Amino acid sequence: MIIAGYAIRESVRRRVFPIVIVLTGAFLALYAFGVYKAFQSTEAFRTEEIGPGAIVDQQVLFSATLFGLAMFATLFLGTVLAIFLTHAVVRGDTERGLLQPLVVRPVGRTALLGGRFGAAAAVCGVYVVCVYVSTLLITHAVTGWWPDRLVLPAAELVGAVIVLVGLSLLGSVFLSAIANGIAIFMIFGAGLVAGLLGQIGEALNSGSLNTIATVSSWALPFEALYQDGLNAITADTQGFTRAALSLGPFGGAQAAGPSLAPYVLGYLAVLGCAAVFGFRRRDL
Amino acid sequence: MLRTLGPMATAFSAKGLGKRYGNVTALGGVDVSVEEGELVGLLGPNGAGKSTLVKIGCGLVRPTSGYAEVCGAPAGSLEARSAMGYLAELFRFPGWYSADEVLELHQRLADSSGEEAERTELLGLVGLLDARGRRVEDMSKGMQQRLGIAQALVGTPRMLFLDEPTSALDPAGRRTVRGLLEELRRRGVAVLLNSHLLSEVELVCDRVVILDRGVVVTAGRTDELAKPRGVEIEVDGAVRNYEGAGREDVPRIVRELVAAGESVYGVRVLRSTLEEIYLEAVEGDNG
Repeated sequence: MIIAGYAIRESVRRRVFPIVIVLTGAFLALYAFGVYKAFQSTEAFRTEEIGPGAIVDQQVLFSATLFGLAMFATLFLGTVLAIFLTHAVVRGDTERGLLQPLVVRPVGRTALLGGRFGAAAAVCGVYVVCVYVSTLLITHAVTGWWPDRLVLPAAELVGAVIVLVGLSLLGSVFLSAIANGIAIFMIFGAGLVAGLLGQIGEALNSGSLNTIATVSSWALPFEALYQDGLNAITADTQGFTRAALSLGPFGGAQAAGPSLAPYVLGYLAVLGCAAVFGFRRRDL
Repeated sequence: MLRTLGPMATAFSAKGLGKRYGNVTALGGVDVSVEEGELVGLLGPNGAGKSTLVKIGCGLVRPTSGYAEVCGAPAGSLEARSAMGYLAELFRFPGWYSADEVLELHQRLADSSGEEAERTELLGLVGLLDARGRRVEDMSKGMQQRLGIAQALVGTPRMLFLDEPTSALDPAGRRTVRGLLEELRRRGVAVLLNSHLLSEVELVCDRVVILDRGVVVTAGRTDELAKPRGVEIEVDGAVRNYEGAGREDVPRIVRELVAAGESVYGVRVLRSTLEEIYLEAVEGDNG
C-alpha cells in the first residue's frame, strides 16, 4: 500500500499529468463539437429505407459508430497513460537510481511490483472510466442515444488498459524505458491491426483473416476486450441496422463469450508471475 | 530515531563471496567482516568490485558463490534489510518530493516509529534542517547527497553501507559527514564505507579492506598496515633522515646527537600513509 501510494503520488505530481488532463479536455471538446456537427448533417434522415421493408435506424448507426470511435480513442489515451506510468518502473528507474533506495527497504520486490501495478491500474482505470462516461454523456446529450450495455463496455475498456499496464510492467523488467515504451506501442499497434484484419475478414467473408484476427486478439487480450466492449454497445441491435454497423468499425467487433474474463485474469496472473520472476532474479 | 544499540552478531560478514557478470569476474572469493560499532573503509581502483560487494550486502545483487550476512540474516532477506541502511553511489529521489517527504516515505517503508522527531534529528545531523520543505529538484547535488545519508539512517540501522557518500560534498560537508560517522561509531552502528577519498578513510576508519580485481589484496588496521619509513630529526639548521630506524631507536639517536654537541629541535617518526599502503597494495598486485 505504501508503494501504491507512492506511485499514485508520483503519477499525480509528475508534470506530464496535467498535460494529459488538458489534452483529454481538448479531445472531449473536439468530440462534442464533432458529434454535434455530424448529427446536424444527418438530422433530416433519422431512419432510412434502403429497400422494401429494409430500414436502417440512422440514429443508432450514427451514434454507435461515433461512440465506438470514441471508445477506441479512450483505449488509446488509456494506453498512453498506462505506458507513461509504467514503462520505466524497473530498468528505467534502476538506471536513474530511483529504485535502489526503495528496494533495499524491507518491502520485498514482489510487493514493490504489486504496488506499482495496483497504482497504475487504479489511475488508468479511473481515467478510462472518466473519459468513457464523458463521451457517453456527450453522445447522449447530442443524439439522445444510449448504448445497449452501459457498464460492460466500460469495464472491458478498463480491463484492456490493465492488460497493457501488465504488459508494460513486464517489459520494464527487461527493457530500457525507451525500448519498452516503443515495444508496448508496437504491441498496441499489433492489436489494432488484428482488429482491422477482423473488420476486413468480416467484409470479405474471409475465414483465414478472421482466424488470424481471432488468434491475435486472444494473444493480445486487450484487443479481445475492446472488441467485446464494442460489440456490447449494440448487442441488441438487429436487422439491417446491424448489417450497416458491420461495415464500419463494428466489423471487427466480436462477442468473446464468457471465457474472456477468466482468460484475462489468467493472462494477467502469467504476466505478473513472469514479471516477479524476472525482477527477483535481476541485479540492480 | 538514532539510538545507542545493544550487542549483536557480526554486523556484516561475507565468506568466499564471488560474482560473475558473464565472462567478467567482479568478485573472486572475498572474505570481509564488519563488527558492531566498527567503521571499515573499502578501497580499491575503479572496477575492483567494491560497489558489487556493497550491493550484495544490500541484496541488490545476487552472488554467484559464497554468502553474505547482515546481522546474522542472509543478505537481501527481509530481516537483513530491516537491520541496514544504504546510500547508493548513484541514486536519485523523485524531484517533486521535499526533503521531509523523502524521509517520511522511507520511515514508512522501514516501519520506523520515529515520526517527525526522527526526521528533525536526521536532517539536523546532515545540516539540512533549514531545507526540510525544499523540493529535491531545487537542491544542489551536495544537499541531495546529504539527504541520501539522512535517508540511509532512517529506522536506526545497525549496519550502514555507504557507497561514495562524500563524492559530491564540499570540504565543510565532508567534515559534517566525518563527525556523523564518528557519532555513529559511538552509538554502536557498524559502517562499511566505500570511498576513493583516502584521507577521509584514514581519518575515520578503524580498518581498511583494499580490493583489486575482485580479491582482497590488503586488510587490517591502518596503524598495523603502515610500515616504518625512518626517523626525521631536526638539528641546527638541518634535517637528518635515519632510514630504517623506528620509534624504539629515537632515544638512542637523540642521545648520540646531544653527546656529539648538536641541539635537537624536533623528532618525527615516519610511517607510510594510507595512500602509500594503497598504492603499494594495488600497484604491487598489478605489477
